[in-house]
Amino acid sequence: MAALLESLLQSEVELNRALNWLRRRKGYENDDHHLLLKVRKEEFVPFLLNFLRDQSSNTLTHGPSTPAKTPSSSRPLRAQGYSSERRGNRSSTGQGSRSTSRVQLFSPVSHTSQVDNPNELDTQLIGSQGLTGISTFSSPSFSSGWSPAARHTPSERRSAQRPCLADFMTSSPETQSSPTLQQHRGRRRSGPFGASATNRQMGARSGHLEDSGRWDGAGRKGKCGGKISEPVSPPTQVELNFNNLEDFPPVGKSLVSPVTTKPSRRINPTPVSAERPNSKPKSCFTSTPLSQPCSPPSMPESMGTAPSATSPLCLQEERELLKKERSKLAQQTSSPLKPIPGVCTPTRPVRPGPKATPDPQTPCPDPAKVTNASELNLLAELYCACISENLVPCVFLELFFVLQLLTTRSVFASETEEQAHSVHVGKTDALERAYLGNVHNCVYFAVRVLENHFALLSHLDRCTLRLLAENERVGAFSPALRDRLVQTQDTCRAKVLPDPTTFIHSVPFQPATDNRTNFSSDKAFHIFKKQRDIFYELLREWEDYHKEPGWEFEAALGNRVRTMVSQLTAAGNHCHFARLFQKQLVQMCKGPRVLGSPSDAPDADLLGMVGADSLGRLKRLQERLIQPQALSGPCPPPSFPGHQEFFKDFLQTASCCQLNQHLKDGLCQQLLQLNEVSILGPEATSAAGEEGADGDMEQQDEKQRFSSVLLVARLLAKFLGFISFLPYQTSEAPSREIQEAAIALRSKCAPVLDVCGVLRSCVHRKRTVLTVPWLVEFLSMLDYTGPFLPCYRTALGLLLQLYRRMRLSQGQFYLNQLLLVAVLGWLFQIPVFPEDLFFSVDIKDELEELENHISSQGLDCLALVDQQLLYTCCPYLGEFRKLLAAFVSGSASKTGGLIRKITPTSAEPRGPPTNRSQQKLHLDLEQAFFHNQPPSLKRTVEFVAERVGSNCVKHIKATLVSELVKGGEKTLRDGLGSEGVNAAKLNVSICAQLCDAGMQALERATRFCSANAPRAVRVLLPEETSETVMTTAESITTRLATEKACSWLSSNITTLIKREWKSSFERVMKNVPCPANTESADTDGTGQSLQLLRNFSGQDAVSSCPPDCTHKAPLSSDVIIEIKEVLSIAVGPRTEEEVLMVQQIDTLLYKVGQTLRCRKFMSSVAEQMLLRCTVLLACKLVLGELPLMSSFESTKRAGVDVRSLLEDFVLLWTNIPSAPAPLHLLLSEPTLTAVLHASDMQRRNYLLLITLLIEKGLLKEEEVGRHWIKLSELSWPVESIEKFQKLSLVSASPVPSVKHSDILQVSP
Amino acid sequence: VLLCGTTMKLCRAEYRTIAKFTDQLRPTRQCMKMLKDRFPNHSQSTLLSIFSLEYQKRMKRSLVRHHNWIILKCYYGTLWILCCLVPQVDLSPSLMARLLVERFLEEQQGSVSSKQVLNSMLREPSLIPDMQLAKHVEQCTINDCCYGPLVDCIKHAIGQEHEEILREKLRERNLSFLDENHLRAKGYDKTPDIILEVPIAVEGHIVHWIESKASFGDEQSHRTYLNDQFWSYWNRFGPGLVIYWYGFIAELDCQRDRGILLKDCFPSDIITLCHRLGES
Repeated sequence: MAALLESLLQSEVELNRALNWLRRRKGYENDDHHLLLKVRKEEFVPFLLNFLRDQSSNTLTHGPSTPAKTPSSSRPLRAQGYSSERRGNRSSTGQGSRSTSRVQLFSPVSHTSQVDNPNELDTQLIGSQGLTGISTFSSPSFSSGWSPAARHTPSERRSAQRPCLADFMTSSPETQSSPTLQQHRGRRRSGPFGASATNRQMGARSGHLEDSGRWDGAGRKGKCGGKISEPVSPPTQVELNFNNLEDFPPVGKSLVSPVTTKPSRRINPTPVSAERPNSKPKSCFTSTPLSQPCSPPSMPESMGTAPSATSPLCLQEERELLKKERSKLAQQTSSPLKPIPGVCTPTRPVRPGPKATPDPQTPCPDPAKVTNASELNLLAELYCACISENLVPCVFLELFFVLQLLTTRSVFASETEEQAHSVHVGKTDALERAYLGNVHNCVYFAVRVLENHFALLSHLDRCTLRLLAENERVGAFSPALRDRLVQTQDTCRAKVLPDPTTFIHSVPFQPATDNRTNFSSDKAFHIFKKQRDIFYELLREWEDYHKEPGWEFEAALGNRVRTMVSQLTAAGNHCHFARLFQKQLVQMCKGPRVLGSPSDAPDADLLGMVGADSLGRLKRLQERLIQPQALSGPCPPPSFPGHQEFFKDFLQTASCCQLNQHLKDGLCQQLLQLNEVSILGPEATSAAGEEGADGDMEQQDEKQRFSSVLLVARLLAKFLGFISFLPYQTSEAPSREIQEAAIALRSKCAPVLDVCGVLRSCVHRKRTVLTVPWLVEFLSMLDYTGPFLPCYRTALGLLLQLYRRMRLSQGQFYLNQLLLVAVLGWLFQIPVFPEDLFFSVDIKDELEELENHISSQGLDCLALVDQQLLYTCCPYLGEFRKLLAAFVSGSASKTGGLIRKITPTSAEPRGPPTNRSQQKLHLDLEQAFFHNQPPSLKRTVEFVAERVGSNCVKHIKATLVSELVKGGEKTLRDGLGSEGVNAAKLNVSICAQLCDAGMQALERATRFCSANAPRAVRVLLPEETSETVMTTAESITTRLATEKACSWLSSNITTLIKREWKSSFERVMKNVPCPANTESADTDGTGQSLQLLRNFSGQDAVSSCPPDCTHKAPLSSDVIIEIKEVLSIAVGPRTEEEVLMVQQIDTLLYKVGQTLRCRKFMSSVAEQMLLRCTVLLACKLVLGELPLMSSFESTKRAGVDVRSLLEDFVLLWTNIPSAPAPLHLLLSEPTLTAVLHASDMQRRNYLLLITLLIEKGLLKEEEVGRHWIKLSELSWPVESIEKFQKLSLVSASPVPSVKHSDILQVSP
Repeated sequence: VLLCGTTMKLCRAEYRTIAKFTDQLRPTRQCMKMLKDRFPNHSQSTLLSIFSLEYQKRMKRSLVRHHNWIILKCYYGTLWILCCLVPQVDLSPSLMARLLVERFLEEQQGSVSSKQVLNSMLREPSLIPDMQLAKHVEQCTINDCCYGPLVDCIKHAIGQEHEEILREKLRERNLSFLDENHLRAKGYDKTPDIILEVPIAVEGHIVHWIESKASFGDEQSHRTYLNDQFWSYWNRFGPGLVIYWYGFIAELDCQRDRGILLKDCFPSDIITLCHRLGES
């Protein structure tokens, strides 16, 4: 590889040939240049990438590193100067700083024995050319030095590896061109683990020789024709790490301890808090705290951090977040995910000192100062070819790298000079020149690449484009590129829509699935009732507190979760709960934007609109006010943003296998259902073909549908993956032995999802655009062993092929492809993806077969993905914008030095909008309306609306547009008839007229929809639907249909008319006689509408009020209170002043009468009590217990005549509508006793009352008699009874004779 | 029909002032009068409701103590004087009556009598064999404005009436709804007073269900209601509205954005989905 690159740089190999070779075009095969035949692309690409990374390692000091290319150790190497050692006989002095660029020369990936000395290299190259490749070095004899037994275990290998430079030297020549050797090693390694394990080790330890170990992977092992049974696993290679102090201790120091190598990856995870939990943030220069816990440990300097566009969190809050995150990490053991909460640190060592503040002396990049322009061009060409051929693992990572180059600012004068110097010195060594050693070159290179990949760029969001267009460096280096960017930016229609915030967060109770009949027992039903409430309680508590410092899910909610879940087990309610859980998950997380992710606030877009200049100022202001937002790089590890975290933590905490199984079943089912969803293409719906403008509208709907399906599927897949691999998650990759055992064990068991099957089928049916994104989500949840299981390994291989074949080409489906490229690229970069896989070559190209007989129709052939969906699925694409914005703010800060962050005292950043606009509210209401209705209602309404809307457009086209055009033709012909007319002018004026007239389309559309939508809905909904629901559904349908039709018409009617007019005009102008179409005045829609009016029983019949009742009677409660008051005065204790007027009682009785008559607000309990109180009151009255006065003036209390009052009472009881008054109370023992003890007048009143009641038939004489008898049972003094008797005899009114006799009887 | 007009929302401090004042009150009409005189700006019902809530809290705290005290020291016949006149016995007259009857029956029958018997005797003192006791019990229950069968009945009536008032208001506005009975019939496990068939927006907040509470919403009862009812409704039907007809502590109305809206009367600012149906 090195040789090839060097040859290219030295123009020994034609660039075109190399490009063709990279692009798999014909032509290079005949090349006489052997290099292209010898070198494998799988090796060349990583080499090139590493080369570029290394080249720029000096200059690129900002932002997160674009991982993968540069091992962490490259820099120390420079410092230590041990590089000399690897150079063997080379003079060691003064070489340190140069070494990096030479590193690749030693890469075993390349035909390594081209060793160090440039001269030697050259000779060897020549030699090898003569010798049909480098077979010399691949001779098996070389490998004999590596005893298979000797490195059976990693530890052995390690020990073998450490001190044996010689060993290494002998073994390094091994190449991929030796099948035998490969077989050898394949057997030896017995499985993929060894490979990956060692690779990881290598990653950590690789110094320079194994620089390509970063990208080595299978490329190194590439087996030309060597058929090896194991599917993957490149044979590992031992490498030397000259930088490792333990491997190569400084002279005079003895080796202290065996290395405890940490498995490392290309991405060297350095989570913010895990790596330095106790150390202070290193950004001591600014008072900036480490930014959000989930972001990378962002270069502490201000320029590496783009201020977040919105959602300022105050510093305090942030610190707390950080603390929280730390404490979370502290208990990471339970986490199935790797302890990489955020993004990884740059593998490059952090240099806090010089970088802490933007260097005010950053030289302005100048096109004139670019050195090695031709070589840079060449590199750019090669690089671009790699990118466009998808030979790089992640296209967007490369783009990010390029943008980093573009915005680089740290150039150290000394280094620059030194490198400039080295350029002169090392003239002969093409690879050692510092091509990217200064800002000018970096920017030059970046701009070249950007120019080349303009198509890709142009699909980025508008804000990024604007920032790029206004970037002064782009302007300086390529005005053409800038102009194109400006142009694209203007045409860029994609906008980030404000997402419809879902305000209903609960899962509706649906009787069909949730009522008692769906449960096995009452107990289960009631337990589930409680569980539902507990679940939401937990959710609310989480919402309230999870952002607070020190809050932990496990500690705060763990026990409650488990208690609830154990109740599930007891009641066998798992399936119900799993359904609730799943629905709630979808409900809360399906939205395009997750809660609390400030990075993608829509304001950023706004901010982008104001332009770089003002943006700079704004940004600076913002930066001072807001915590800086860290760049997280384009490949953040998988995460559970927003509410997803709750669901994840819940499952983890609950750790309930039954629940998980039910969930898996449910998720799988819904997922596969979604996967099968049919999205209609334009052809399928409208046969209009070319003029399928109408298809556009439908396509828009289908697009939306697709996007919602895709988002939900991704969500479900992520959780399915999470649950499926949860049992296997470990925080660190397991050792090889364990992994091997696990593979053996787990490969016997059927995976939860037939990933390969799904994948093949989607390729076959051209549905990758739907399936692949969710599969990627699923696979991103894999545990460390997962990728090595045959099924997943194959699936990853398939995805890899898919990726390689998916070369972005301009076209209708560019964004579809872009989405796949983005998600796949991301997958290939996340930690769990085996690093050796990408450049491995042994993956059977099975796709080719598949693609040979794929169906012609499929989702892939529909333009379904738009920019919004792309950015929603790949939020990390926003990193470009952040990077560029950071550059703007940084470049504008001339002050340099200390930037003090001001803790903002502003109010809540994202307080919910207090005043929703009416329109929004209306929409919310509609959404709410559907919430508690059966789901079919919503489907029906949406379906009808869509159809009616679409029909409406067709109708308008058939009527209005054709009428207008016809009218236009007439005008045109008339106009052409007259003399001296300019046809073109006429054309324009008629066209304008028609377009104006076209605006009435909206009005017509409204009429059409109002006429058609309601009846359609009415027919389709069940007749039993209540009238209000029906009416509401109708009006919503009408609105939706009208909206759809009108929005399409308003934006398209002009175009439509123009197009129609254009063709008519041309027709007329060709003097082809225009066929006078008969008016098709088919104005449908006024036909008789189906009147399905059903009787509407809106009000429950109020139980028989009087016909003229106005329901204005006093409420029973009030009246009871009033009577109670009176009674309480009667029973005392009371003061002398507390007296009642006769009038008062009278009024009270009147009120009671009123109240009892109106039944509206009356309950039987109240009625009973009311009646009872009146009886009681009557008792008190006759017994003289009421302090009554006839009027205020009178001071006499005794002489009140109660007769009229008593009559009122009787009247009341006579007229009551329903239940009789409990008059027996009048005859109860206490009353009778009281009567016996009362005065004569009171006894008389009592008898009067009884008489009246008997007269009215309210009391029967026998009844009275029966109670009278009781008197005998009581021990009354005889005289009392006699008195009573006497009284009754003299009483004015006749007392029933029965009573006489009774009394006589009782008397002794 | 009633209420409305003046706002019955109280801020926490106001509520505390009233609650503090009720500390020294006994549940008699005399004390109620003092309360009314002291806070003339608040409606009687609100004051009574607040007093009732506070008094119930007080009773809960002290009931056990009094119970023991009565068992130990008192003979029921003399207790009337104690319960009404001796202020150091801070026990509701009705509760006192209940304890006395309980004790009386226990002594008479030598066993604990059932709740039903006890309740019926309290409701209908003439059933009590001891005439003297019956008279006392009647006096106690009639005088008590916080406990007792009369008060229970009043509370029940108030609750019913307000639910009906609510339904009436909804009908007036042509808002169609399902009430508890409908919902039970459909097998719902939790049933608010009202579920609107077509949701409305009140003061910019979506409302799916309405719960009528004919009492004052103080901190404690609101918390209980939230846990037992309101959140459960939210969990099933989405956001909703609670009407505390006798007012509530204004600070409790803090879950609006989360989907629980508090009002002290039927809302006037209603936006309906179908303009032709609604009035506003």
